[in-house]
Amino acid sequence: MFEIPKVERFRKWETLFIIHPERVDEKEAVLEKFRQIVKDKKGDVLKIDEWGMRKLAYPIEKKKRGYYVYAEFYGRADLPQELENFFRIDERVIRYIIVKLEDRYQPEKESTN
Amino acid sequence: MENNLTVKKRFFPRKKVCRFCADPSLVIDYKNPELLKQFLNEKGMIIHRRQTGNCAYHQRRLTTAIKRARIMALLPFVADIEIEE
Repeated sequence: MFEIPKVERFRKWETLFIIHPERVDEKEAVLEKFRQIVKDKKGDVLKIDEWGMRKLAYPIEKKKRGYYVYAEFYGRADLPQELENFFRIDERVIRYIIVKLEDRYQPEKESTN
Repeated sequence: MENNLTVKKRFFPRKKVCRFCADPSLVIDYKNPELLKQFLNEKGMIIHRRQTGNCAYHQRRLTTAIKRARIMALLPFVADIEIEE
């Protein structure tokens, strides 16, 4: 019998989330958890860009400022659901958004180019 | 001479061009609130494309970008509210 080759397909997303302004010192813990969730789904974090403290356009949960973090990552298709669960439950994250960048992402191809 | 005068009298509405079609280096992105702000009026409402001259394709992208930026508190839903420091 012949074997069907297993093909792993990945997608690429970006995310922007706001960390609680009074709990910025815990931001490393949030980022570590974020990296761990991405790695659990066989993905990887490509880029993390910390925008820093910014004034919000309107108050969220009575807070007027927030610490913005932007990240690009790839992984299996069910990764955003896991991430959303984490962001929604975690009290340190006050707002988040996940946007799909690419439907088919091949990490091997990117690295050789 | 006469011909020139008649031409002057006629009113030509200036044709507005879509800014994003004219300049391909302008990318519509919800992470760039400074660009999106130019398409909001002083109340924070999205300006009609009849006024800005955007094409339908870019206006569609613009509205989704503005709505995403509003969710992330980069742009206001209602601009009257001022946050005191």
